[in-house]
Amino acid sequence: MAESIQTQDRKLRTEEMVIQMGPQHPSTHGVLRLEVTVEGEIVTHVKPYIGYLHRCFEKHAEQMGNYSQVIPYVDRMDYVAAMSMEWSYVLGMERMLGIQVPERVEYIRVIMAELQRIASHTIAIGTFGLDLGAFTPFLFLLRDREMILEIFERTCGARLLYNYFWIGGLSHDVPLDFVDSTRQFCTQFKKTIVEVNNLLSYNEIFIKRTANVGILPANVAINYAASGPVLRGSGVDWDLRRDDHYSIYNRFDWQPQIGKGERGTLGDCWDRYIVRCREMEQSVKIIEQAIEQLPDGDVQSAIPKRIRPNASEIYIRTEAPRGELGFYIVSDGSGSPYRVKGRSSSFVNLSVLPEITRGYMIADLVAILGSIDIVLGEIDR
Amino acid sequence: MSPQEILNKLTEKFADAIVEAKVEGVLEPYAKVKVESIREISSLMRDDSDLQFDTLMCLSGMDYGKGILGVVYNLGSIAKKHKFTLKIEISVEAANVSSVESVWRTADWHEREAFDLFGIVFTDHPDLRRILLPDDWEGYPLRKDYQVQEFYHGMKVPY
Repeated sequence: MAESIQTQDRKLRTEEMVIQMGPQHPSTHGVLRLEVTVEGEIVTHVKPYIGYLHRCFEKHAEQMGNYSQVIPYVDRMDYVAAMSMEWSYVLGMERMLGIQVPERVEYIRVIMAELQRIASHTIAIGTFGLDLGAFTPFLFLLRDREMILEIFERTCGARLLYNYFWIGGLSHDVPLDFVDSTRQFCTQFKKTIVEVNNLLSYNEIFIKRTANVGILPANVAINYAASGPVLRGSGVDWDLRRDDHYSIYNRFDWQPQIGKGERGTLGDCWDRYIVRCREMEQSVKIIEQAIEQLPDGDVQSAIPKRIRPNASEIYIRTEAPRGELGFYIVSDGSGSPYRVKGRSSSFVNLSVLPEITRGYMIADLVAILGSIDIVLGEIDR
Repeated sequence: MSPQEILNKLTEKFADAIVEAKVEGVLEPYAKVKVESIREISSLMRDDSDLQFDTLMCLSGMDYGKGILGVVYNLGSIAKKHKFTLKIEISVEAANVSSVESVWRTADWHEREAFDLFGIVFTDHPDLRRILLPDDWEGYPLRKDYQVQEFYHGMKVPY
């Protein structure tokens, strides 16, 4: 027996090995399969396989009876940030139709989108911690996310998939207690951010796992068209809310957050993580200002009776929690879209994964994937 | 740069390659170019110091009907903060386009998607496979004349 073990030892295989991570792996955050080529513990190549959640969004959109019926499908792209998804599509349609929405609608949309950004980032940060073995911050964050979902639920009846932004307006006005409960949330959440920073952001173990891991240089990020926290984590000062001039973000006092390489190298996992953390603080700031200025008015006055844009096309993009969300909408003058292409931020951000995982450990692969923050519903559409 | 200036710059270098262009009165100013020159034009768009289109925001396959397919390139510049759209048209029978993956790496997955759903073949693409659908799926679903297959591995497909 002892001899046979020794023989095996001598014949220890040293070549590269291919292992499959997913589609049912908890840290792939959904049904994603990574074909990982490893040499020992070192990752030499990663090949993502997607499409497990493909629901033919673009085909369905073409076959809908009208433009409004596409909105619920858009919700189901990024199901943890459905408000932001709706906004992009609806904004594109409004530009095509030449609709100017009332002030009150703009303000409510900003508040909802920023609440949604916080809700989405809490999941991103919480599960990122979870992937690296920190369980408690996840619970704190989800407790506060629950407050946001309750605000949404009281507003439009749904917790995740809202169909709330309509072309030219909103499906409902906000409830009477909306201002109070949003203020209450802001007060509570500012405390939570401090707690999360203490527990996770500046935790030595967490920094050891994330700093200097998965470094994405700025020029590579731009060439891959990465967007959102992934791009800003690499130190590129680019936020569509400021740079693409949509809605009323220029009325508020806030700053896009960028990575600075404080704990390691610029563009590492920690930078991408901390950008999200600081973005939540900025979102709270925007919400507090918007709540103060919230004007009165009718939220449905600009909704068109008949939606039939002239033959035209538009590429609209907005800053969703995960980055640039674009819709390329083509109308042929009929009542239903000729083509809707969803350019989802996660799809593009995930394509950079093979580039930034080379040479790291398998355990780091989990950290890198978590720091990109993907939602498979948006990738596979 | 304004769309008109971008177009002028483009016409200066590639006068023969531009088939059609519209910069006024449209939501997305565009230039429709000859399919053979898309790679050279893309390189120019990225490298020219005035244009600096450093990102390909979106690449969409199109089916314009009557046997015409197309590809739409929505370009953006982070450095210069301007946008422009390039378009090409090809026939279904000869749906070959040179890949711009070497210019913008992000085109890799976008082109695979256009291949997957429209059957547009991107020549010189390093890894042209289906991306959203299974490898052995029949047909290209986003074509307007698409007929869904009856069975897939013994499972009935139309519902």
